[in-house]
Parts: sequence; C-alpha cells; structure tokens
Amino acid sequence: MEQLNENWEAVIGLEIHAQLATQSKIFSGAATAYGAEPNTQACAVDLGLPGVLPVLNEEAVKMGVKFGLAINAQIAPYSVFARKNYFYPDLPKGYQISQFELPIVGNGHLDIEVDGANKRIGVTRAHLEEDAGKSLHENFHGMSGIDLNRAGTPLLEIVSEPDMRSAKEAVAYMKKMHELVRYLGICDGNMQEGSFRCDANVSVRPKGQDKFGIRAEIKNINSFRFVEKAINHEIERQIELIENGGEVVQETRLYDANKDETRSMRGKEEANDYRYFPDPDLLPVEITDAFKAQIKAQLPELPDAKKQRFKEQYGLDDENAVILTSSRQLADYFEALVQQSGCEAKLCANWVSGELLGALNKADLDIADSPVSSERLAGLLKRINDDTISGKIAKQVFELMWQSESSADDIIDEKGLKQITDTGAIEAVIDRIIADNSKQIEQYLAGNEKVFGFFVGQVMREMQGKANPAEVNKMLKAKLK
Amino acid sequence: MTLTADDVRKIAHLARLGIQQDDVESYAQDLSGILALMQQMGETNADNVAPMAHPLDQSQRLRADNVTEVNNRDNFQAIAPQTEAGLYLVPKVIE
Amino acid sequence: MHNKSIKELAAGLRAKEFSSVELTQAMLARILQFQSINSFITVNEDFALQQAKNADARIAQGDFGLLTGIPMAHKDIFCTLGVKTSCGSRMLDNFIAPYNATVVDKLTAAGTVMLGKLNMDEFAMGSSNETSFYGPVKNPWSLDAVPGGSSGGSAAAVAAHLAVCATGTDTGGSIRQPASHCGITGLKPTYGRVSRYGMIAYASSLDQGGPMARSAEDCAIMLQAMAGFDDKDSTSVDLPVPDYQAGLAKDINGLKIGVPKQFFGDGLAHEVAKIIQQAINDYQKLGAVVKEVDMPNLKLAIPAYYIIAPAECSANLSRFDGVRFGYRCADPQDLTDLFTRSRGEGFGKEVKRRILMGTYALSAGYYDAYYLKAQKIRRLISEDFKRVLKEVDVIMGPVAPTTAFGIGEKMGNPIEMYLSDIYTIAINLAGLPAMSIPAGFAAGKPVGLQIIGDYFAEEKLLNIAHQYQLTTDWHRQSPKGFE
Repeated sequence: MEQLNENWEAVIGLEIHAQLATQSKIFSGAATAYGAEPNTQACAVDLGLPGVLPVLNEEAVKMGVKFGLAINAQIAPYSVFARKNYFYPDLPKGYQISQFELPIVGNGHLDIEVDGANKRIGVTRAHLEEDAGKSLHENFHGMSGIDLNRAGTPLLEIVSEPDMRSAKEAVAYMKKMHELVRYLGICDGNMQEGSFRCDANVSVRPKGQDKFGIRAEIKNINSFRFVEKAINHEIERQIELIENGGEVVQETRLYDANKDETRSMRGKEEANDYRYFPDPDLLPVEITDAFKAQIKAQLPELPDAKKQRFKEQYGLDDENAVILTSSRQLADYFEALVQQSGCEAKLCANWVSGELLGALNKADLDIADSPVSSERLAGLLKRINDDTISGKIAKQVFELMWQSESSADDIIDEKGLKQITDTGAIEAVIDRIIADNSKQIEQYLAGNEKVFGFFVGQVMREMQGKANPAEVNKMLKAKLK
Repeated sequence: MTLTADDVRKIAHLARLGIQQDDVESYAQDLSGILALMQQMGETNADNVAPMAHPLDQSQRLRADNVTEVNNRDNFQAIAPQTEAGLYLVPKVIE
Repeated sequence: MHNKSIKELAAGLRAKEFSSVELTQAMLARILQFQSINSFITVNEDFALQQAKNADARIAQGDFGLLTGIPMAHKDIFCTLGVKTSCGSRMLDNFIAPYNATVVDKLTAAGTVMLGKLNMDEFAMGSSNETSFYGPVKNPWSLDAVPGGSSGGSAAAVAAHLAVCATGTDTGGSIRQPASHCGITGLKPTYGRVSRYGMIAYASSLDQGGPMARSAEDCAIMLQAMAGFDDKDSTSVDLPVPDYQAGLAKDINGLKIGVPKQFFGDGLAHEVAKIIQQAINDYQKLGAVVKEVDMPNLKLAIPAYYIIAPAECSANLSRFDGVRFGYRCADPQDLTDLFTRSRGEGFGKEVKRRILMGTYALSAGYYDAYYLKAQKIRRLISEDFKRVLKEVDVIMGPVAPTTAFGIGEKMGNPIEMYLSDIYTIAINLAGLPAMSIPAGFAAGKPVGLQIIGDYFAEEKLLNIAHQYQLTTDWHRQSPKGFE
C-alpha cells in the first residue's frame, strides 16, 4: 500500500447508517428492541399490510435535528419523505420510505485528527429513513426465512463528502462519528448488532489529477477494523486493475471479512432505477426555529468542546483529555471522581485512564458496567491524598475493590494496609538495613548517590510497602549524613 | 411519444409484473395512447408553478415515541403463503 | 322496510315495529333474491345477524343512535377484521383482513350491521365495475348497463335496496359517477375528512372514503359517523366535525352557483345537458343565483390524473409480492419469478396497465416531463377552483358525460373509458368535496347532478342537496323489479 501511494491517491466517501435509539419504530408503534423472536415486533404497518399508513415518530425527528446541530449543519425548515422503489423480500412495501430531494439535515462538517494533523470532513447531508428486515439463510427446504422485526427501525443516513484520502482517515472519521452519535444519545453505537454500519465509496486517481476516478461502493461494513481493511483492499484492487490495463466499473461490492477481500454483488445491482417520488401518505416535515432552539438547548457538551475544557479546567495533557472524553459516560465518571474525591484532577485522570480503564479492558466491560463506582474509587483516592496509603498499596486495594463490594477504608483496615508513620519503627528497620549492608554504605559515602535508592527499596520491602515513602527518604538521608 | 414492445418489457420487469407475451403489443398501444393524452399537458406552461403533492397545505403531524403495538404474529402469519419458525419463507435470497 | 330512510328505520326500530334482526333478515333475503346483479363479493349472514342481535340489545337498553341496527355494506376496499377483503382482485381473493379500517370501526361503533362486502373495480381502478375479478355488476336500472365504478357494487346495492346505505371510495369519481349512474346520492368528502386507515390505497393523495345512500339526509347521518380525525392517518385533518343533520334545514336563498362553461362542451350528451340545466333552473327557483365561471385548466385534469394516480398506485401496489399475504404463484423458481408471476397472475389487465403507466412516469429520465409536470398542472387546476370558489358558494355541473353505458361497450378502449371521468377527476386533484344527487332520467337511466363545494364544506353541500330533495322525488324512484 504505502509504496503504491507514491503514484496514486485514494478518494473515499462514507455513508454511515446509524440506528436511532427510539423506543418505537419510525412510522409505527412497534418496539425497536434488539433480539426478539422473529416477526414478533413487526406490526401491521411494518408488514406493509394493505391499507395501513405511516405516522412519523417525533423522537426520530428530534434526533435528526440534534445530529444536524452537532455538526453545524443546516436544518431544513421543510423536509420531505420519498419512496425509494425496489423489490426485495425484506422490504415489505416494495419501497423504502426515505428522504431524497429534501433531507432533514443539509451541509455540515466534522473535524478529525490523523497523525497529529487536523482535517475537516464535509458532511453532504443526513436523512431519516426506515430500515429493512433481514433475510436468514439457514436452509428451510432450500428457502430463505424473512424476519421483519428490524423493518421500520429509524435510521439516520449520514453521507460524507469524498474528502478522505486514506483508510486511516476514513476510520478516524467513522470513529469520530461513532463517538458523536453516542454523545448525543441518538444511537447506541452497537456495531455487532448493526446499529452503526457504513458503506464506503472508494476510487483512486493518479496523484495530482483533479478528476475523480470511477468508484466502487463497499456495502455494509460493521467494524472499524473492517473499514480499514476493506478500504485498503479495495484501493489495492483498483490500482492493480488499472495498472494492468483494466478499468474500474461502478458497482456495489461486499467485503468478506474471512477472506479479506471485496467481491462484486452484481446480482442486486441490475436496473437500479429507484423511481423516487414524494410519499403521498406523509406530509412535509416542518422544523420551526422554536423547535430547533428547544433541541439546541438540550444538546450535551460535544466531544471537542469537552476535550478542550478538560485541558483548561483540569490541566490535563492531550493524551488524557482524549482518553477521558472518548465517551460521555467516561467523562462523567472522571468529573464525578474529581468532585467526590476532592483530589487533584491529575491524580484522578491517571487513575481512570490507567488502573480503571486497564481493568475494564481486561474484563471487556464498558464504563457503565464498572464494578467500581466513582464514589468507591473516590474513597480510595482520598486515602492516597491523606497519606493513609501509598500509591502502590492503593493498587492492591483497587484490585480487592474490583473483586468485592467493600469500600477502600474497609479493605485498608481489614488487611492492615495503613501506612506506618511511627518513626521509631521505621528507624529500627533503617538501622538494621544499614548494619546489614556495609558494602553499599561505603559506596554511598564514596559519592555513589544511586545507592540511596537501594536503601529506600530495602526499607520499603522490609515494611511491606506500608511505610510512608517520604518519611523513609527523610530519615535515611539524616542517618546517612 | 410511442412506446415499443421492448419498452413495455423493460417497465414490466422494473415493476416485477408478469405480462403475457401476447399482451405486450396491446399494452404498448394503450400506453402510447395515454401518452398522447399527455401532450396537452406539455403545451401548458407551468415552469414557475410549485408542484402540488398534497391537496391540503399541511405539515406532518408527529407521533409520541411510545410502543403501542403488541405481538400479533400468529394472526398476521395465518394469512401468509408460507411460514416456518415464525419466518416468512421465500425462494433462496442470494447476496 | 327496505324502502325506508335511515330516520324512518331508526324510528321503526325504536318503536319496536321490527327488530334489527328482522330488518337484517329481510335485507339478506333480498341480497339472495337479487344475486344476479352481482353487487356483493361476500355476504356474511352469521356475522350480520350477530351484529343485528347486538344492535337489538343496545336498542333495548336505550343505548343507540340513528345508525344502530341499520343494515349496510362496505365496499370491499375497506379492511374488515376476520372477513375477506378482496379489493375486487384475485390478488386478495384469499385475504382475510387481520384488522378493521377506521371507517369500519366507526360505523360498527355507531351500531351498523354489516351485511357483507361490495363488488368494485379491481383496486378501485375502473369506471364501470368491469375490471373486478368477481365479474361486472349490473345496473339495476338497466341490467345490460354498467353501474359505473369503481364503487359500482355499492351504488347498485343501494339502488336495488339490498343495503340501506354503503361505503364507497372516490379517487377520480368512484363515488359520484356510480351514484349518478344508479340514481342514488353519493358524497366524496374533502381529502382528509374521512380516515384512509384500512382503506386499501389506490392513489393515496386522491383517495377519499365517503357515504353512498338514497338521500342527502342519509348521507349526512352516515358521514357524521365516518368523519373525524384519526391519528393513524397522517393526512387526516384535525378539525371538528359539524352536525351535518342540523345543517340540512338551512335556507339556501341567495346561494351563488358557479357553472363552468368548460362543463358544457363537446362530449356532453344532449339529454344529460338538458337534465343538468333543468336542475340548475330548479335551484334558481329555490332562490339561487347562477353565474357562469371560467376554469381554463379543467381540460388538463385527465392527463394530470392519469400520471399522478398511476404513479402512486405503482408504488402502493408493490406490497403485493406474494411474500406476506395474498396470492402467491405456484412453485416459484427464484425471487424474481416469485414476484413477477405472483403479480402477473394476481393482477388483472387494467391494474397492470396503470402500474406500467406509473412505473414509466416515475422512471429515470421521464420523472420531470411527466410526474413533476402533472403535479404542477395539479396546482393550476386547484387554483382555478380556489379562485372560482371565492366568487361562488358551489359549482354545479354534470357528473358524467352520458348515462350508464353498456356492459362491454368501452372495455376494449381504455382511453375512452378514462375520458368518461372528465367531470369528476379535477375535484380529486384539488381535494375538494363534491356530491352526486339524482336529477332526472334520460331514456330510463338516471342522471346525477354534481355539486362541488369549498374545502370542508360538506355541511353546505348536504344542505343544498337536501333542499333540492325536499322539492323533487328523483331520489325516491326505484328501478323496476326492485321496488
């Protein structure tokens, strides 16, 4: 890849489908919950029974507007639902209700960061539409089974400009979008369940050429890793094809994660004439300024703003600020911890991004499911702050807290982990260590200051880490003078 | 504007509409006749007229996001051509 | 019994002169007796008698309205829970609807008894009831003539006194034209006045359900039960429903009637023109003032309609694919075969013609020239009406250019058939309310007068029609053999 990039440039645009986190479907009162028995959440409207009619879900509209405001986009004062006509067994009405000429969200943008450089990616539009059902390919006497539970689930289709030039940028954009929709609370972002998926439009052109090459569309990619792999594979395929005298054809391709390749989906492609026209069952959606203002007021602090604030308010470095604002729940946890513990923000940040996230990752848990709440962690950090325990002991206490429901104080008491501040006891240990290590004493006195650390280590080990390190330092210095 | 038999076949395929081979010609004639009727429309200048999709100038009413439907699968599938294990069966879907 | 008005029947029921069960039995017997006019697709005796029993119980408890216990029938386009709803098509010959249309729910709640489901043009596409999978309906006034369409079964059944009243739907004239041809009273309400939920869609932006009965008074009583806001229909209008019956008695002295000169051009049969002119004269005698008005864009209604309606229907009928309900072809080889053959075998010729037309009008490269242009023309037509209805209270004219034509006469020529809707179609494009009321006979066949009103002026239309019916008896005539 990298060597090919000397001559070629990739042009990538993404169409992201985010399932909106409404309770009911976009045009019916059926539930959207994932994982129900087949067709138990497909009501008369979702099934497209003769005579049924759609009525638009207010929450879906609000979520669309919320998204538009978050990417600084134009919100259409007047948007229209259209019918996209095609036949497929998982599309009950023979048309999908979508938006075509007048989408709810117009031009906006999202800033991404790749290799330390910022880049602005244009968002052409975002529109509301209904999802289709699913075809199940287990063999029912050589037939397929259709489950329409997902039919009618609200989707926001977010279409980017062809502004990305590498798979890396595409992944950064997709991740940023993923973070944003979860911040806004409009999508659960669950990629395994298909709540957040994307199609990638990929073309290549010789470097320096303005005109876009012919693009292929890769369908239904549902993980960040696959986006990168699928796009890179497709770029390679196209370059190879052109360099061997071939031509890229405009088509839809499917990424096969098992073989790490894309293949043509010609079967579904033929005669792509969707015959869009305004859905006569639905009226134009009017978004008033008041409606917009009301939603704007409910908008949470967005990731970029939060990151900036964390740096300024808490004095965090860039790395910690990025980590701690990667999700709204994590940021909330951190801020709660700062408040509850009364400790320095830096200590809190290090604990959340270090111990806590490490443990969560190991256990494959989300911050929302953390066994150690911010209150309990605050209890621990307080004990570091008031010198009851050292940072090292605190890590042991944290591990015990992870496995139990006890407070930090109870664990410290129970296990006798309190720091020893009794100078007599420390002095006795220091004296013994000095007596036992005459060789090192000589080195130290000869001017090798590095040996000082050896003495601290020995004392701390002897005292099972419970001595106050500052006190040990001070006393050793005095003794060794 | 007249439609050929071939046009009719193409449109019929787009609409997934089986039509008898013998009827193709007569559909082509009927549709061409209807299109001739449309000529009058072409003669009227409506360039600056806003298209009218609905008889009433109203905007879409929004429904509160509440789950109001319960599982009614058995009744819905009682009228289905072929089902199994709660699924609608169709000839194999090839992707 | 079968000749009485709803009010007379309601009085009889209350006075215990007869029960709803007796009335229903009498109607069921007539339906059987006059089976040959083919106005019913489904007759549901047990169902009807059960509803009649319930109505009698309600009447006994003093819990009733004018419609309680009245035997009526629904056009087979309205979904009826547990009862076959075929829409006149082979496609839905096996379709037992799993829910009720809002209109059916409302009329059931009012206590009506459903005798059965009425014949109609397939998916409401037709002007003669000849496109029905269940065969043509005969016009009770002339058994070799069509009843009109698409609500031909409704009109014929009411004219033959097989049902006290019936529901109909009107997309381009489908209530008014059969009402005219069968000598009954029919009202197409303002678009949005009556819920479309559960009414199988032909062309969603034009379809509107309405009452079909002997008189304006009966229509007023029916519409009272049918009209009103429905939160299941996004195009339903949330406006209060006036007391239609109370409005009937209003004086119409000074009423301003507009008569478009375009309504009396070539193609209007002389004897029909004469009757319409006479009816308008009669209104003048009642104190109305008549004014000629100009509606230059009316002539564009047919082309615009035959783009818009087929375009909408081409998508509306895509759900009939053999997957979840309705007809499925035998042994489909693959998905395309399943769709193509199920639809090819399930739909009749006129439905296919319109699906093809609509698919073509929406397809790439033709959308602007056809569909978009038709929508622009639609606005021009509706502006013609709005302008004229500022000058006059109502517009009057013929419903159809001729009386009921012969069965088979126009089946070979779809365009000639389309042209017979020339006076009714524009009203649907504009979304206005309009009525057909019996105004006389030409060579023994009924002729209807069309009265078109402003948006939501149903009360006024019914009032105007009722005042005419107080001084005429065209609406009380019965076809020979059906008295």
